[in-house]
Formats: sequence, structure tokens, C-alpha cells
Amino acid sequence: MAKRGVIKVSGDSEAREAVGEYKAGWHDPENSTIRFDFGLSEEVVRQISELKEEPEWMTDIRVKAFKHFSERPMPTWGNTSMLEEIDFENICYYLKSSDSTERDWEDVPDDIRNTFERLGIPEAEQKWLSGVTAQYESEAVYHSIREDLEKQGVIFLDMDSGLKEYPEIVKKWFCSVIPYSDNKFSALNTAVWSGGSFIYVPEGVHVEMPVQAYFRINAKNMGQFERTLIVADKGSSIHYVEGCTAPSYSTDSLHSAVVELIALPGSHIRYSTIQNWSSNVYNLVTKRGIAHEDAKIEWVDGNIGSKLTMKYPAVILKGEGSHAEVISVAYSGEGQHQDAGAKIHHLASNTTSKILSKSISKNGGRGSYRGMVTVSPKADNCKLNVVCDALILDEGSRSDTYPTMEVANPSARCEHEASVSKVSDDQLFYLMSRGHSEEESLAMIVNGFFEPFTRELPMEYAVELNQLMALEMEGSIG
Amino acid sequence: MPGENTLLEIHDLHVGIDGNEILKGIDLKMGPGEIHAIMGRNGSGKTTTANVIMGHPDFDVEKGDVILEGESLLELEAWERARKGVFLSFQYPQAVPGLQVGNFLRKSVASIRGEDEAKGSVFRKELTSAMESLEIPRSFMSRYVNDGFSGGEKKRFEILQLMLLKPRLAVLDETDSGLDIDGIRTVSEGVNASIRGTDSAALIITHYSRILEHVQPDMVHVLLDGRIVASGGPELATKLEERGYEWLKEE
Repeated sequence: MAKRGVIKVSGDSEAREAVGEYKAGWHDPENSTIRFDFGLSEEVVRQISELKEEPEWMTDIRVKAFKHFSERPMPTWGNTSMLEEIDFENICYYLKSSDSTERDWEDVPDDIRNTFERLGIPEAEQKWLSGVTAQYESEAVYHSIREDLEKQGVIFLDMDSGLKEYPEIVKKWFCSVIPYSDNKFSALNTAVWSGGSFIYVPEGVHVEMPVQAYFRINAKNMGQFERTLIVADKGSSIHYVEGCTAPSYSTDSLHSAVVELIALPGSHIRYSTIQNWSSNVYNLVTKRGIAHEDAKIEWVDGNIGSKLTMKYPAVILKGEGSHAEVISVAYSGEGQHQDAGAKIHHLASNTTSKILSKSISKNGGRGSYRGMVTVSPKADNCKLNVVCDALILDEGSRSDTYPTMEVANPSARCEHEASVSKVSDDQLFYLMSRGHSEEESLAMIVNGFFEPFTRELPMEYAVELNQLMALEMEGSIG
Repeated sequence: MPGENTLLEIHDLHVGIDGNEILKGIDLKMGPGEIHAIMGRNGSGKTTTANVIMGHPDFDVEKGDVILEGESLLELEAWERARKGVFLSFQYPQAVPGLQVGNFLRKSVASIRGEDEAKGSVFRKELTSAMESLEIPRSFMSRYVNDGFSGGEKKRFEILQLMLLKPRLAVLDETDSGLDIDGIRTVSEGVNASIRGTDSAALIITHYSRILEHVQPDMVHVLLDGRIVASGGPELATKLEERGYEWLKEE
């Protein structure tokens, strides 16, 4: 979670000087215990699986996925010119820096622990989290869960341990929501996945405090391909929070995750992300959940960093009375393109959905909202609401909206609103007349614009997101 | 030369926008504890005067000076002027969706009066009593700044800010427009409470004399085509109300 790092690093002038604009952008010397050669082949895929001592069925899926990835062309939509720049041969697909996953921070190797301490993770865990997993490069390095939850049967593990300890649950759900053939990058992830979280919440158990995963890329030209699977059994609930950072290098890194959520009848999953990768990371992520009867899935998705993000959290409303919400914000600064949005499929009757997308572009950045909502012919009395707002901070920045609605059942009630606005001089003057500098005033307007998103976050995250945006506004007034 | 008893001095102020001259040489002096009114028809330069005192970047000051407590304001940005004690109650307050009133007030008080003034029970009491006197409900605190406010709510909110920010100089631009009789009375009480008996001053810019019945000005100035053409006591406002502005043109 870069935002946790923001406070600490900004108080430390030396660190601040070292990292420049991007506050989580320092890097540690790379002390890897296992590093694969650059480039990808079936052999590399098999080696990863072998190294992890995986069951054969997983090796088979990996290999099939790799073949699909090799054959599948690049997407022909989105920012194709940026996508073409990805050099799959110049990426390291597996890197391990620590021999094991620890349950005590003291046992995590010093350099890695220092990284997470700079980002404030151990402190956050003590204060307000039910469990934490921290992933460094390809593997989880630290993992903990509160004892009371463990006693109630909640499973919260890194994905590799999940596969080892609960192979039958993993086998049942793995690739059940997002088949490897879904898209080129889900195929890539399935072929080389490592780390990520595995969560199972038993029937009727409510996990009151959020659980958090923290992903960090440290090495240069690294690919991170974490795989997350969350199963909420009947009537249970969980809030999962994910944060990510990477140091700034002159060459690009690739992050391509797959997240599958299964919300069984009456359950509730909320998945919150604050993505603050450095501006040379490709962030190409597939996230999708299935909601059964009366279940609820919410994606709360903030995209602040990365070079190119393509991410459209999706919900399949399979069970009657289920509900989906996708609330997202995107900030695109210089050289960045946030291509984000949402997908919701109403397959059952009396299902409801809400999409709220907010994007800000500045310094020539580009924000795109790409959304799709469908209602199948058999799904009666569905309600859907889509709102997308864009705020453009200067000339030369760009915002596009690509909304699609396919409604095949006439009983559906659809609402769609879109707005594009600019910060007006009068608005700035009003705030400045109350003693706030131009930058502070702009940050107030920007944070206000993001407020419908921020209020959905746990308070610590909300405060830090506001601070992060205030930092982004620094030096923005010409 | 600003004397000991001069809080604000406007001296031969010429102001233009996009090459058009709007203010053509304005002079004005105000002392602490005084309330002055500037009256005039639409287009006479009233709002320009208010904006220039606050430091709106769109206006070009071609000549003259605006001096607060012996210091020229012209080189300062709006936020610096605010911290020196200038306040503008806007004719059209701007909405800032997502920015909560309570949060905004606390931040504004902190930036103008200092962090310590925006904390603790003293500030909360001050806030509560100001809201009560303006008949603003508590639920107001969680609304967004001017977002979806009625005309009357916007004006009350401006006066609430006046009461909390405690400026040396308050400029009230058409604060009475959009208010009913009760609203004008409530707002006037807020203005009186903030200025009378203090060493601050208020400049009330208005179209009509209604608000001046409740806030007895020490001086009334009439602005016509970018110039102050008449100054006098409160009786001048009554005369304008009865006879309109035409007679001044003839004089």
C-alpha cells in the first residue's frame, strides 16, 4: 500500500530526495534466492510449477494457459500502441527473495522487512486489520491472521499455501470465474501465477475488520502475477483490501493479476484496491466475481499509479436478488493512461447494480471509462445505475467514455449519467478567498470529486488517499 | 497617508478587464468599526470593486492602490489577502461537490486564524452559537459546500463564514439578494455582531436599501459608471430608494 508509505517517506527528506515525485519509488538491492532467466517458454512454466511442488492438474492448467497466451493476439482495442511496447521476452517471470512465508515480521529477511516497514504495513496490521499478507516479487514473505478468525474456520493464506493445504477447495474454484482463455493476460497469469491470496470464509462468519494484502515489485523488469481467490460461504461477509507499489526504473515492469470472487447465497464480499504502481508499470488485471442468490459483491477500485492500467472489475449476477457495485476512481498524470471501468451481467431476476466511475486527468494524462452492463432476456425486474464523471484539470489532458448497455429484457430499469467538467477559475477563487493556496484549493476540489469513492474506504485509507492526491497536486499550478 | 484610524484605503483605483475600463478612479477610506455601503445599478462596477479588493486574477489594476492597515494588497494573491484579514461574501458562492461544510469551515478557520483556533471545544461552541444565530440546522455540517443550496442557504453560509473567520475587512457583495425579509434580518444581525463594537469594518455592496435598514451604515457611496458620484450618511440610501439613480446623473 503506497499510501501507507506516503506519510512516512514524506517526513524523511533524504528518502524523499531519493525517490523524487513518486513517494514509494525507492528500491532495495535485489537479493534474490531464485531468479529465472528472462523470457517465457513452456519449460519456464513447468519449472515454476515444479519448484512449487504443485499437483499435476495445476501444471496442466498452466501449460494449457501458456499455449493459449502464446497463440492469442494482443487486444486490438484500448491503448494498442502502449500495449505493443510490452516486451514479453525482457521480463523475469519468477523471482524469489525469501525462502519461506513467515508469520512473524521479525523472521522476514531484514531488507524486505525494512521495505514493508517503510510502507507502514506492520503498524497498520496492529492497528486495524484482521490479517495481512505481504508479497515481495513473486512470493508471499509475510502472512498473519488473527487467532479468533482462525478458530472460526476462516482461511486466509497466500495462494501457494492455499493450494498446498486446501487443494480440493482451490481445485473446485480455480479458473471457475475467469477461465484462462478469457483474455491474453488472464492466460499469462494462469501460466505463471505466483502468490496472491486465498480466502475462505465459512458459512455465517462475519469478518469485521478488513484483511489486507500488499504487493510490491522491487526488481527491475519484473513481472508480478499474483492470483487471488476469495470464497464467501452462505451468509458470510468479508472486506479485503489490496495495495501495490513498485520502485521507479527506466524500464517497464508488468503486473498482471487475476482475482476471482465467489459470493455464495446471502454472502457479501467487498474488495478494495488502491493501486499506486510507479509510472512505468503495466497494470493489466482481470477481476471478476460471481454473486449467487441474494449475495452482494462490491469492487472499490482506485487507480492512481502505473503507466497503463486496463482493468474492468466485473460481477456476474447469477442468483436472484443479487447485487453488484463497482465504485472506481482513476487519476491519470503525465504519460499515464488509466483505461478502467466495470462490467456487470444481470443473468437473474430482481438483480441490481450500480457503477460509479470518477476520473481525473492532468498534465496530458488520459482517462478512459469503459463499461458494459448486460441484462439477459430471462432476467426480470433488474435495476441498473451507471454514473461516470470526469474532471479535466488542464488543456491537453483527455477523458473518454465508452459505455455499453445491452438490455434484452424490457422490464429493466436503467439509469445512465455522464459528465465531464473542468475546474473553474471562480471555484478556485472562492476557495482561495478562504485562505487556501491555489494548490490546496485544487486538492480540495479533487478530493471532493473523489469523495463518493473515498467515503467507501476504511478511514486510514481515505485519509491517505487524500494526502496522496494533495501531493499529486503539488507543483501543478503553473 | 493612512492615518491611525484608517483600516482600508482605496486610492484612485482604475481597473479594467479584457481592455475595458470598469473602475475609473475610486477613492474610499474606512476606519475600524465602521460599516460603509456602496450602492449602484447593475453594471456600475460594484462587483468589480468587491472582486478587486479580494484579488480576483481576471481584473487588471491599471492605476491606484488598495491599502489595508497601511499595506498594499495589490501584489498579494487572494489567499494571502484572506490571511491578512480580507473577506468576501460572494454574490454567487461556488459549489464544491464532495467538500463537506464542517471540514471546509475547520480548514478555513485553521488557515486564516491558525490551527489552534480550529480545534477543541471553544471552536465547537463558537460554531454552534453562530449556526444558531443564523438559524442554520446542524445537518448543514455534512452537506457539501454550496452544493444544491437554495439562494437563502448560500447567503447564510457566507455570513456563517464571516462570523467564524473574523476578518478585519468584510466585503459583502449583494448579500441581500435572494433573501426574504426574515433572511435579511437574520443576516444583518450576523453582520452587526461581527463588526459593531470590534475593530473590523464592513463594506456592503447592494442594489437596494433594504439591508441598510438593519445594518445602519456610517457612510453610503453611490457608484455610477465606475466612479463614486456621491457619498453621504444613511439618509442618502433613503433618498436613492425614493428617487432612484437618475437625479445623480443629472447632477
